[in-house]
Amino acid sequence: MFDLFLEQLPRFLTLENAGYLFWAMTRTLMMTVIGCGFGFLFGFVLVYLRTTPGWLFVPVRLFMISYVEFFRRVPFLVLLFLVLFVSKGLGQSYSLFTIACISIVIISTAFIGEIIRAGLESVHTAQWDTAMAMNFSRLQVLRHVVLPQAWKVIIPPAFAFFVVFIKDTALASQVGVMELTAVGKYFTNFGFSAILSFGSILILYFVLSYPLTRLGWWIEVRIKQSRAVEARLDAPTTTPYGLRTS
Amino acid sequence: MEYTFQWGEAFREFPYLMGGAWITLHLSFLGFWCGCTIGLFGAVAKSYGPKWLVNLVNVYVVFFTNTPGLVTAFFIFFGLPEFGIVLSPYKTMLLNIALNSGAYITEIMRGGFVSVRKMEMEAADSLGFSLMQSVRYVILPHIAKVLFAPLSNWYIWMILGTSAASILGVEELAGRAFNVASDTFRSIEIYIIVAFIYVAITILASALLAYIGRRVFRVKAKVF
Repeated sequence: MFDLFLEQLPRFLTLENAGYLFWAMTRTLMMTVIGCGFGFLFGFVLVYLRTTPGWLFVPVRLFMISYVEFFRRVPFLVLLFLVLFVSKGLGQSYSLFTIACISIVIISTAFIGEIIRAGLESVHTAQWDTAMAMNFSRLQVLRHVVLPQAWKVIIPPAFAFFVVFIKDTALASQVGVMELTAVGKYFTNFGFSAILSFGSILILYFVLSYPLTRLGWWIEVRIKQSRAVEARLDAPTTTPYGLRTS
Repeated sequence: MEYTFQWGEAFREFPYLMGGAWITLHLSFLGFWCGCTIGLFGAVAKSYGPKWLVNLVNVYVVFFTNTPGLVTAFFIFFGLPEFGIVLSPYKTMLLNIALNSGAYITEIMRGGFVSVRKMEMEAADSLGFSLMQSVRYVILPHIAKVLFAPLSNWYIWMILGTSAASILGVEELAGRAFNVASDTFRSIEIYIIVAFIYVAITILASALLAYIGRRVFRVKAKVF
């Protein structure tokens, strides 16, 4: 049963393979960091545009709402292929890594935008009105009044989303991006036992994801402690998909 | 570079794609109920079980929530034949989805179990309920309302997650999209159509769940 596994183990555990796996691990992490980092930035822009008042901005608001509702409901795999073929159709030859990053940015903008919106809504509207009455511009209100309170609501779920997406990037191997899962497939095709190659890939994903999960819990606990001291913020509980309980 | 859209050829395959959507739906539905069963037992074990069982469930949950579903699917699909167990792609994916979502649902349900007051359990105890009886008659009716929204969100998430089944060769929506795209070469059109089908079925599922939630569990759920 395990003879294939044991026979291949010494051949598998070489420094070269370890270096290769480590390189793939950094690629997976880089992809997620770049994607979710830009997603965070664009999420802010999206929420800012979505909450701009005035009838002139109705089309902009509608666009932003439909963007969020659309891309939260499209599977990452389908979006990857769509981005791949659209970029080819436009005559661009981006690297596959770039294509995966673009897809992650598109999806994470929608998700993190929703997280940010929930965070901003957790700050009472009276504070907006007060700051407006003091002749703050909308950006100034965000910067000096709302964000200093809202980031505590935003950071924990945004970080959790980031950690979840590390695992979702495994799908990027399907368009041919060389990352952890793709390397696992490469080793299997090379003749190594699937238990050996995919088993080690599983362990490496775990090594990548588990410390970050723990870090996320730690951040959440720290923020909860600091929030308990301050006045209670009544955050609406938002959930990643569709349904929202009030 | 110019690209001319040709929707006709893509739309001709629409019934075939909708057949795939049906497979997506029942795969996710079966996977969800298997996951719920695992999750319920996991949460009961984690809340009231002996120490070793709690540790075991914790290992299971931590492992599956920190590894990608795709790689566990590969592990089951390519790894188990080395032990002489050969599963079809559909069964592999169902097993994988059940195990993966079971881990997440264990955590979701445990959150609900925590919200049950200790006094209610003690009252059930003093009435002579066994553990499974008090879970069935005291805890479940209590937490159904609390858990309805997170579980229905999880179901929507799973509909999108089953697209990974196409990689193993299950011909569900994404899988059929790849087939059609490689037959007709109208890739962009096909993937746009498929993206809209996914949006449509998830919105329909959300609406249906919100309706059930309002009628049965009296949860104030909104679709958007």
